[in-house]
Amino acid sequence: MANYNLRINGKMTQVDVDSDTPMLWVLRDHIKLVGTKFGCGIAQCGACTIHLDGEAVRSCSVPVSAVGAKAITTIEGLSENGDHPLQKAWIEHDVPQCGYCQAGQIMNAASLLDKNPNPSDEDIARGMNGNICRCGTYTRIKKAIKTAAAEMS
Amino acid sequence: MTLIKTTYDRRSFMKASALGGGGMMIGFSWLASCKPGDKASDIPKEWFNVNAYLKIEKNGMVTIMSPNPEIGQNVKTAMPMIVAEELDVDWKNVIVEQAGLNTRDYTRQLAGGSQSIRQGWQSLRMAGATARRMLLEAAAKEWSVPVSELTTDAGTIKHSSGKSMGYGDVASVAGTMTVPEEVELKDPKDFKIIGTPVGNVDAPKIVTGEPLFGLDVDREGMLTAVIIHPPAFGMKLKSLDAAAAKAMPGIKDVITISTEVPEGAEYQWSDTNAFRELVAVVGNSTWQVMKAKKAVNVTWEPDSNLESSLDHEVRLTALVKKKAKEASRKDGNPTLAFKNAAQVVERTYTAPFLAHNPMEPMNFFANVTKDRAELVGPTQTPEFMSKTAAVVLGMPEDKIDIMMTRMGGGFGRRLYGHFGIEAAVISQKIGAPVKLVYSREDDMTQGTYRPAYKVTYRAALDKNNKLTGLHIRGAGAHGSPVFKDRFPAGAVDNYLVEDHTLESNISGGAWRAPRSNFMAGIESAFLDEVAEAAGKDPIDFRLELFDKAINDPVGEKNDYDPARYAGVLKMVKEKANWGANTPGVHRGVSVYYCHNSYVAQVVDLVMDNDKPKVKKVWCAVDCGIVVNPSNARNQIEGGLIDGIGHSMYSAITFKDGQPEQSNFNNYRLIRHSEAPLEIETHFVDNGIDPTGLGEPGLPPISGALMNALANATGKRMYNQPFVNDALVLG
Ligand code: FES
Ligand code: FES
Repeated sequence: MANYNLRINGKMTQVDVDSDTPMLWVLRDHIKLVGTKFGCGIAQCGACTIHLDGEAVRSCSVPVSAVGAKAITTIEGLSENGDHPLQKAWIEHDVPQCGYCQAGQIMNAASLLDKNPNPSDEDIARGMNGNICRCGTYTRIKKAIKTAAAEMS
Repeated sequence: MTLIKTTYDRRSFMKASALGGGGMMIGFSWLASCKPGDKASDIPKEWFNVNAYLKIEKNGMVTIMSPNPEIGQNVKTAMPMIVAEELDVDWKNVIVEQAGLNTRDYTRQLAGGSQSIRQGWQSLRMAGATARRMLLEAAAKEWSVPVSELTTDAGTIKHSSGKSMGYGDVASVAGTMTVPEEVELKDPKDFKIIGTPVGNVDAPKIVTGEPLFGLDVDREGMLTAVIIHPPAFGMKLKSLDAAAAKAMPGIKDVITISTEVPEGAEYQWSDTNAFRELVAVVGNSTWQVMKAKKAVNVTWEPDSNLESSLDHEVRLTALVKKKAKEASRKDGNPTLAFKNAAQVVERTYTAPFLAHNPMEPMNFFANVTKDRAELVGPTQTPEFMSKTAAVVLGMPEDKIDIMMTRMGGGFGRRLYGHFGIEAAVISQKIGAPVKLVYSREDDMTQGTYRPAYKVTYRAALDKNNKLTGLHIRGAGAHGSPVFKDRFPAGAVDNYLVEDHTLESNISGGAWRAPRSNFMAGIESAFLDEVAEAAGKDPIDFRLELFDKAINDPVGEKNDYDPARYAGVLKMVKEKANWGANTPGVHRGVSVYYCHNSYVAQVVDLVMDNDKPKVKKVWCAVDCGIVVNPSNARNQIEGGLIDGIGHSMYSAITFKDGQPEQSNFNNYRLIRHSEAPLEIETHFVDNGIDPTGLGEPGLPPISGALMNALANATGKRMYNQPFVNDALVLG
């Protein structure tokens, strides 16, 4: 066990965990931020997507020891009042079915829009391919990303 | 005007009361409803049990407590819409809660078979209409005017003189009135909420990551457990050495558990489980138990056959070649029809086992003490879980509370609640509250799969290219997938169905649209080939068959309505402009009826660098009244993406009893880039009572895809997943 000082959603937080603990479980079990989901544990589904310094990463495959001083953003911290353009667009397009994958989808989309504010259909398909939605909401996700992109530009 | 009875034999389906702080509450059964004239024998006892509530507060806010488990089919939004419609309130003032769900106070909580809306339709309308009627009677009393002079509008009661008051103003009085024995339902043409797109009520929580799911359950002092189940079907535990694991930080214990029910007790249908003896690793945090699991030394030994997919293939092939002892259905003289045929088309189709893979892996919280058991988690069958928990834990059922959480997908998987029982047994043995968490691998290799199937179709065409005979012989693990009384039964004079079962120790389970998920696609693909052999357009060919089923049906037990069936096919034909040739676009059509709804689909496929790409899917759907068009579209879209994905990419295969796939790196699910670029869905507007949508969108799509692939590549696909075929580049 070791102590780690983490910057999570703008706040410094200390945790005492094994150094190989994936950020996913640090967030869920120790910080009690459960918006970040467990889907596969091997960086295949994207349900656990968070940002490290704005970059989307799969938190199931990032050990706490690798985070260092990087700023961590989770779905709970994406916006103050749940009103990030992507969150609004997700509601507008009524995207979620079971909803389980959606936090990861939104976090991934946020990082995608950060790098590419005006993505084409193909950019979205490529950029979102690491995020599985078992309920099959892909066509709505695409529309919602475009709506958010339009609002942000 | 439809009248509906709230009372039967002087017993009421509804219970009204005034709320302590003002307002009224109506308790009702989510499923109960009867029309005047219904017989007592048709009315199940549990319909008199309250399992849902409707609350109207002093400020006019309406709370509807929904007892239905939410697995993503969005009943939590759609069903309260129905109550609100008859109550005549503004949807903005409606709060939907899924609070206080347990099997003692609520009966028949079950989300399966797309039946929720169909079963709840009348009872939900009755609840809303009854509350509205009581509010009207209370207002009439207040104002000393006859009820007939009153009308309602979005939560307000209006008198013909112009005066008005809010529901909240009379709710307390209304709560003390007697429940009317009969109430009037709205004419569907006056619906204001039903038929308008309403967003998922949980969406704001979902997009901000609030705790909603079973995996998010957290309690003071809660431990976490993982299980180790045998690596192969047909294996059982031989020895356990947990010394190293027990010594690891945070590990509380490593134990073996059994979920076997004691002798003489009954298994519930939902207890399907190939692995009843397991090892459980229990500790302080998820990562610690996951790590310790790797340090546990377990050895296994065979206790029955270790099956392989290659044997399955050989055995299924032998079965579809074998005449059944008895026909499952026979009309006319099929032997003669084939003997006299000018042309016979024969094709065999195969599908592999599939895992459900809901995104949220199986999990359950349990706190079992000496005299109580509290179970919380994602189950669709709490009433059955409660029975099994009682016998396995040795505790009376009234000491067991089961709470359902929102579920991160189901697809049938959460009908089988063994993980809840496992959590309970672990908690009982350890003596602490425990959350059991399955890894993706634990779940994917656990079983309850969509079984592997093989079906042979034979069609006889006479010299005029008329379909004179049809012979279907099906085989599948745990049973044949063929539905003997579905279309084309009833549309062909000489018809024969034979069924075979492949015994297997690999556990099977209901998987979204059971059996239909395979039958719809292959039936559509086969009929396409028969139409081609007959030199007919595939839609016209089917329409001829529906005409026959309408005008001169064969047999008496055809469980579909050919006019509605033909209706969706005609609709998709028109909407997709079938027959118009767009260069580079290859089309395929399919139509199917299941779960009381009719769906026709057209796939537009393009070849992109030799890779097939679904450009657009057109859907025509007849599910009666569409309660919530936004969600209805979402279900159809999701279903067809699911259907494309599984027929194209997914399979569970076995070697020596061991699944060869265990996570999304080797079990392929459809992803963004493979989903259709566009989906256009149209609904038939016929005012018929609503039917299910969670399942019917899935089955037909693989047929439309197979037919479009054939048109694009010149080759037909017979074996799922198609990606294994060299012609379909993944
Ligand atoms: S849980 Fe991390 S990618 Fe699936
Ligand atoms: S909404 Fe269910 S997995 Fe995406």
